[in-house]
Amino acid sequence: MDIIQSVLNGDKRSIAKLITLVEEKSDDFINILKKIYKYTGRAITIGITGAPGSGKSSLVNKLTRILRTQNKKVGIIAVDPTSPFTGGAILGDRIRMQDLTLDEGVFIRSMGTRGALGGLSRACYDAVKILDASGMDYIIIETVGVGQSEIDIVKLADIVLLVMVPGMGDDVQAIKAGIMEIGDIFVVNKSDKDGADRLVTEIEMTLDLGSSKNSWKPPVIKTIATENYGIVELSENIEKVLKHMMQDDLLNVKRKSRIKQEIISLLTETLIENIIFRYSEKIDMLIEKVLERQIDPYSAMEIIISDVK
Amino acid sequence: MSCTKTIRVLIAKPGLDGHDRGAKVIARALRDSGMEVIYTGLRQTPEQIVEAAIQEDVDVIGLSILSGAHNFLFPRVIELLKEKNAQDILVIGGGVIPDEDIPGLKAAGIAEVFTPGTPTSKIIDFIKSHVK
Repeated sequence: MDIIQSVLNGDKRSIAKLITLVEEKSDDFINILKKIYKYTGRAITIGITGAPGSGKSSLVNKLTRILRTQNKKVGIIAVDPTSPFTGGAILGDRIRMQDLTLDEGVFIRSMGTRGALGGLSRACYDAVKILDASGMDYIIIETVGVGQSEIDIVKLADIVLLVMVPGMGDDVQAIKAGIMEIGDIFVVNKSDKDGADRLVTEIEMTLDLGSSKNSWKPPVIKTIATENYGIVELSENIEKVLKHMMQDDLLNVKRKSRIKQEIISLLTETLIENIIFRYSEKIDMLIEKVLERQIDPYSAMEIIISDVK
Repeated sequence: MSCTKTIRVLIAKPGLDGHDRGAKVIARALRDSGMEVIYTGLRQTPEQIVEAAIQEDVDVIGLSILSGAHNFLFPRVIELLKEKNAQDILVIGGGVIPDEDIPGLKAAGIAEVFTPGTPTSKIIDFIKSHVK
């Protein structure tokens, strides 16, 4: 097919069209993805996550500019929330990336979450593959502004930057489970604000307590994205962390477990859809029985499963 | 959610005026009608607008302008879309635009021009009936 070749050639219109096919789950998209898959795996994926307004988009912009001075091609996927009520969305991350629009070596795509809850959209995973196949050296994925448990980005990125800003809560926030555990690099943005040093100390303390098993500790970097402060240091640290991951084979381990998760979730989805479709009448009948308290939901499940076998 | 395609719209402010209240009102209204709205911010060149529209693979570009430069900037967007072979994207315009300028803009390829006072529902209906 034509679109595959043009995507491999890096044609932006075709890349954009293919991402739409994936988002809309058009008939042919799985076949196309099958064909481009062997061209993927070359790009480094960087995830950027953090609270709303912490400066993720501005950091993406500044980081991309540094990668461009090294002549690296950069694909950016910026995710913003879709309204669960209307299905609509306002995707505004491009506002902070205006100066990248006309750069030949940059491709930016905004996506709505479209019902997904983990801070990404489901089409994100395939959009990354498309950008990878199109020859991007780096793919930066900016999640929606997250709270405490939207951690899907670890399933997608080689390296995760967790962006925090001073003044967002006390030190207990930093020791809660979830979000703090996913950062490969911690970025304290808007570090000209009060409390930046304290936040750095709190993060470092938390990391000290947690990393007894290995000597590796994620770096904590202070930045002011809008003033370009700390960005060079950040990009050097990204390289450092990547190097460390490659030396210790951690990157491969990460990518392997990602593929495992992808296959399992594809299996789960397809199986469940199949079962629900094939046994819809039986399920309806069992619902009635459970409602009447003739049987319980666990037994209903067992009846269906025994039929599937 | 329905299985019809989500309509994607780029709302863009070409030229030099810094007033985007109107653009934001439209963006919200379109969002509430179930569309995905990409807002790119102030002071965009036609080149930036067209490139963003292509990368985002939008169905519609909505241009908002209050500076009076619409007779140059709107047709320029259409021209660039043609150059990029992307003339299938529907382009609509809004803002402070004198009535006598509208026929010329339409002849240049702007599908419709919405002036102040237009109910947002009219714009939503127009988009829904014109996007295949």
